[in-house]
Amino acid sequence: MEWINAIIQGVLLGGLYGLFAAGLSLIFGVMRLVNIAHGDLIVLAAYLALVVTQALGIGPLPSLLLVVPLMAGIGYGLQRLLLNRALGDDLLPPLLVTFGLSVIIQNGLLEVFSADSQRLQAGAIEVAALPLGGGLAVGVLPLLQFGVAVAAIAGLQLLSWRTPLGRAFRATADDPEVARLMGLDNRHVFALAMALSLAVVALAGVFLAVRTNFDPAIGPARLIFGFEAVIIGGLGSLWGTLAGGVLLGVAQSIGAQVDPGWQILAGHLLFLLVLAVRPEGLFPRLRG
Amino acid sequence: MPEAAPLLELRALDAFYGDFQALFGVSMAVRAGQVVAVIGANGAGKSTLLRTIAGLIAAPRRDAVLFDGEPIGGLAAHGTVGRGIALVPEGRRLFPSLSVEENLLIGGRTRRPGPWSLDAVYGFFPALAARRRAPATSLSGGQQQMAAIGRALMSNPRLLLCDEVSLGLAPVVVRDIYARLPALAAQGTAMVIVEQDVSQALAAADRVFCLREGRVVLEDAARALTREAVASAYFGV
Repeated sequence: MEWINAIIQGVLLGGLYGLFAAGLSLIFGVMRLVNIAHGDLIVLAAYLALVVTQALGIGPLPSLLLVVPLMAGIGYGLQRLLLNRALGDDLLPPLLVTFGLSVIIQNGLLEVFSADSQRLQAGAIEVAALPLGGGLAVGVLPLLQFGVAVAAIAGLQLLSWRTPLGRAFRATADDPEVARLMGLDNRHVFALAMALSLAVVALAGVFLAVRTNFDPAIGPARLIFGFEAVIIGGLGSLWGTLAGGVLLGVAQSIGAQVDPGWQILAGHLLFLLVLAVRPEGLFPRLRG
Repeated sequence: MPEAAPLLELRALDAFYGDFQALFGVSMAVRAGQVVAVIGANGAGKSTLLRTIAGLIAAPRRDAVLFDGEPIGGLAAHGTVGRGIALVPEGRRLFPSLSVEENLLIGGRTRRPGPWSLDAVYGFFPALAARRRAPATSLSGGQQQMAAIGRALMSNPRLLLCDEVSLGLAPVVVRDIYARLPALAAQGTAMVIVEQDVSQALAAADRVFCLREGRVVLEDAARALTREAVASAYFGV
């Protein structure tokens, strides 16, 4: 029964990893940008939620109503003012720029909030659980987090394949020059993609902050979990990204069940195994 | 009666790729409903000319390109389409992750008022209607060219720029596509056609410009041109 419980908890944790990865996958798909600052932006969203909850006296979940649009706005501005200037045929400049951004965000947060760990308190929902029978129970908050992850990825999928904005994303990703001939301003399209990516990052950041302690230095590890989920699931596939997140979460959970010290290692081993056996990922063509 | 003002006017247009100058003082006038062919050898600057008019390459002077009397030189490509300029790029370049219909719809994203719609394009190119849900890259070469022209028409352009329409297509398909162009001109759409197939270009055009090494070396009415004059301008002999 303990093993079944570990798998269930791993699946639910995987929803969070799917959220970490979805934003990465989206912007790589649209503009071939590898965002090294992605993990730090997740942490930035967590701190933003901390400020909003403390300033307005509201819970973390209602704070999403402010944090999501704020992060989307930050994403739009960041892309228009900084990242668009680094994009081009060479992948290296945006890599270096986002690495620099990562350093700036970490040090900025350290300066403002110190290195002390923080946590968002969600109240009674944190300890609420649904009994599954046989001594198993699933927490309401992890279940909600997983549901939000599925809904966010379904939303991104619908947007990509059923809306004019998604069509613009795909056209710009296919051929940015011809997209301009269709009246699409690439700088605006890329900024919208980054805004969407950081809106998903905001969801990830708030759920991360409710689930665990956070401090300014934890961003790079979230970036690695996001990368691993993307690679395991298969690049360019949003549902594959969620599946990758779930597999990573299950691997970590099973590793922790064997020995608490093996949690992170088990996830890395699964990632290396997939990279060695199936480098294109498990679901590279899973679309629509 | 005075002649109508040109829809497109180029005044001593230069164009550059970095330090390399590709066009030298090209002047040209295109009136509504007129078909102009631009011929020349590889590297003569034909595609550069179309790309500069469409805004993909910035013209050094704003008044080097006048459209409907307004200076648009240096206007970005996403701005020129709203003015009524559409480019059918060399090699078709349909969006591979979009279906045929999605390619057409994105072409109509910046629409001016006019006769072209999805139904009108399907009426003009019936072969596309049956494949509307298919991935654009699954079409034959000729159908892809039709989709590329249809995509450009969806914005209801006043000026249609066609770059190497015949490239890589069977002669029968090329004839089929060229047979449809006069109907566009009859609606008042001006066209600038860049073409390596000189006989096709001469047959389709009202006026012909020959470029060599970025300069206009011959300009005349298509029907007035002799084979010898074209060969002399084309090869510089």
